[in-house]
Amino acid sequence: MSQFIAVLVDGIVYSSWLFIIAVGLTLIYGVMKILNIAHGSLYALGAFTSVTLCTMWFSGGHDAMGSYAMLLLAAVLVGLVAGPVIERGLLQFMYGKDEVVLVLVTYALFLILEDLIKLVWGVDPLFITGPNGESPYSLLGNFEVAGLTYPNYNLVLVGVAAATGGALAWALAKTRSGKLLLAVIHDREISAALGINVGRTYFVTFTIGAMLAGVGGALTAPTVSVVTGMGAEVIVLAFAVVVIGGLGSLPGAALGALIVGLVRAAAVHYFPEVELFSIYFVMAVVLILRPKGLFSGAEVRKI
Amino acid sequence: MAAILDAKGLNKSFGAVTAAKDINVAVEQDSVVGLIGSNGAGKTTFINMVTGYLKPTSGAIHFDGRDITSLSPRQITQLGICRSFQIPQLFNTMTVHENLLVGVGIVAAAGKRWSSDNHTYADPSKAVDAMLDEFNLGAYRDRTAGLLPEGTRKLLDIAMAMVVRPRILLLDEPTSGVSADEKFVLMDMVMAAVKQHKVTVLFVEHDMDVVERYTHRVLAFYEGRIIADGEPTDVLNDVEVRRYVIGGHIAPAGAASHA
Amino acid sequence: MRIDRNSIAVVLVGVVLLALGPVLPSWAVSLLNVALCYGTVVLGMMLLMRTGIVSFGHGLYYCLGAYAAGLLDHFGKMPDMLLMVGAGAVTAGLVAAVLGLLLAKYRDIFFAMLSLAFSMILYGLLVKTASLGSTDGFNVAAKTVGGIVIAEDSVRIVVYSLAVVFATLSAFLLHQYLASHQGRLAGAIKDNELRVEYMGASVKAAVHRNYVISAVLAGIGGALMAVNIGHIDPEMTYWPQSGEFVFVAILSGTGSVFAPLGGALVFEAIRSFAYEYSPNTWQMVLGITMLLVMIFLPGGLWSLFTRKRGA
Repeated sequence: MSQFIAVLVDGIVYSSWLFIIAVGLTLIYGVMKILNIAHGSLYALGAFTSVTLCTMWFSGGHDAMGSYAMLLLAAVLVGLVAGPVIERGLLQFMYGKDEVVLVLVTYALFLILEDLIKLVWGVDPLFITGPNGESPYSLLGNFEVAGLTYPNYNLVLVGVAAATGGALAWALAKTRSGKLLLAVIHDREISAALGINVGRTYFVTFTIGAMLAGVGGALTAPTVSVVTGMGAEVIVLAFAVVVIGGLGSLPGAALGALIVGLVRAAAVHYFPEVELFSIYFVMAVVLILRPKGLFSGAEVRKI
Repeated sequence: MAAILDAKGLNKSFGAVTAAKDINVAVEQDSVVGLIGSNGAGKTTFINMVTGYLKPTSGAIHFDGRDITSLSPRQITQLGICRSFQIPQLFNTMTVHENLLVGVGIVAAAGKRWSSDNHTYADPSKAVDAMLDEFNLGAYRDRTAGLLPEGTRKLLDIAMAMVVRPRILLLDEPTSGVSADEKFVLMDMVMAAVKQHKVTVLFVEHDMDVVERYTHRVLAFYEGRIIADGEPTDVLNDVEVRRYVIGGHIAPAGAASHA
Repeated sequence: MRIDRNSIAVVLVGVVLLALGPVLPSWAVSLLNVALCYGTVVLGMMLLMRTGIVSFGHGLYYCLGAYAAGLLDHFGKMPDMLLMVGAGAVTAGLVAAVLGLLLAKYRDIFFAMLSLAFSMILYGLLVKTASLGSTDGFNVAAKTVGGIVIAEDSVRIVVYSLAVVFATLSAFLLHQYLASHQGRLAGAIKDNELRVEYMGASVKAAVHRNYVISAVLAGIGGALMAVNIGHIDPEMTYWPQSGEFVFVAILSGTGSVFAPLGGALVFEAIRSFAYEYSPNTWQMVLGITMLLVMIFLPGGLWSLFTRKRGA
């Protein structure tokens, strides 16, 4: 029984983490039709920037609680710097090209960013720890479920995921810019003809998407050793999530994250030897049964 | 003489829209049949059903006594029913020669497996050149299909349907996009080829002069139904046809129309 | 079989490479060897791209080929190089024949994603299979060729020569195939699937066939690479490896069977020099090269040759 609860808790925490990363990917695909491999690098950038900012914060002798602000700042920085630079500097020249070509463009970008990270941060693993071993991961204390102890930090992940999903859903449904975005998702040409500034929509979307990747990386940084190659690992997981849910679908990303999260947690607890296998097995099965993912029906026409 | 193509009670609806309503047509071998009607009248739907692109909601289609209603376009093509398209469907990055060579290759590779196996291409490249001469496309032999003028694209599209050696050829608006003075040149060429290879032809056409000149029989479509079926002069002078199909847009049969 | 200028050229290049083996410096032999193994895989990528399909999971067959070869040595105790390459080709071909049934109706990004999923399934299995060394993989060595024991001091040159033979043979046969009626369908499918079906050919069957052929080529390339490098691990089916194959195919262009082999050589040359002088920026060099090629040379490096000839 306790193992089952552990699967549920681990699964939900893992799902939340996946959702934060995948939602930016699916947003960018839905609006721009770019399946962005470099999303993994933006995630890594978020993590590395967090290490640097937190380390600076700790070495300044400030209150350890402020390190959370540093995580947030890292994500915002990635979004506001890397997002616009990539969109204006590269992607805007590629719009209208074949989807597969766009994937390859972002693959090239991924290669470039991977090395950029190595150049700036080196190749050794990095950790976020204060002078007395403080870490944002453990600062908040723990909670217990069925005799198992979890860091409260996990609740932050769940909260951020729920808030992100909720905010995006609300913005798309209720705000003017959200509705304009939906129009662009629905039909790019007609939106442009109606006077919607598609270029600016892409710019804003990519910036938000990059920021979400940054948030994912920043929130992950305190929980792992931050190493090069972490982007490659995460992007293919995020692909599994968005492909299962349906490319470009917001509820799809949520469902996909939940499925992958729970499947992985179950595998880790019951059959650890099939952990990775199980995720991609599910991805393949969903693609075979529903080639466009679970949320590809007419009612959820992208996002 | 038994009909080579026999469509009985064809109905086709897309949701609430009825695209074909109780279509009954029997086509004799070697005849040339014109399909007329305004846009959306059901002519292309009919062609699409005969060639397997659309499955009729009800009804049956027989070719040479064989039920082809549920066959795929590929299977129907292999039996000897081929078609051209309103918008030419070419291999745009290939040359004109290569476009036809693909088809010759398919027939050659299939060998005796197809029912139309009495045609084999001993020398594929030469066979293509012969076809290019037949359709007067020789001058374009090595030009890229995607860069051809529209009239030439239409012609190549029809030649590509002929390359598979059909027994029935369905042409969807062969002269649309072709300039007025080229229409008859194109149709003369197509009809000569058709006659030589003993092909039964059904074609959709908006130009009543073309219809009158080349067909033995005309089917007039209106709102998914066939409202007239018979000799060209009879159909083109039919009251209903004049009101619903020919209308004020197209000059009556016999009068010159050089729109 | 058609013996045209390119067929003869392929054979000639093969013969020259064989003859050069004993006289070239060892670094050049190593470079050529890796490029030939890689190029064989990319020949398969070229066939898929000509069909209008991009696989983001061809590492699957590269890895399967390598592991099939490795297992013959590791467990089968039959380290014969011909058997190993044969096992790689057959294993890859059989798996592709099954998966191809599913993949043949997918296109574009969905084909890329499903093939990615398949390759990652193998990755997930291999990293947890302790008996195959998990993430570390294991060492592989060929000791005989067709039953004849390879002398200790001639291993490198024998392995190289076989890579030349297999790559040349692959290129020759692929060239023949592309010029055949069946092969010509690849470009037709890329241009217009509807018309292909309306000419009486099965698009699905042709895509399936080309997929299996490309997998066999990847299997051969993987087996050759296993013997050449002497070590295999699950990274061979990790997605960046598959991405790299796509990369080299784009870099090369799909105009001729020479393109993938030449492209693989250029790629390996860039990689080994960049890796030697600046190990932390070689991926960046590749990424920038890829962007430049996609922007300025959409037909790949091969289009440089055809352009010159046309002018």
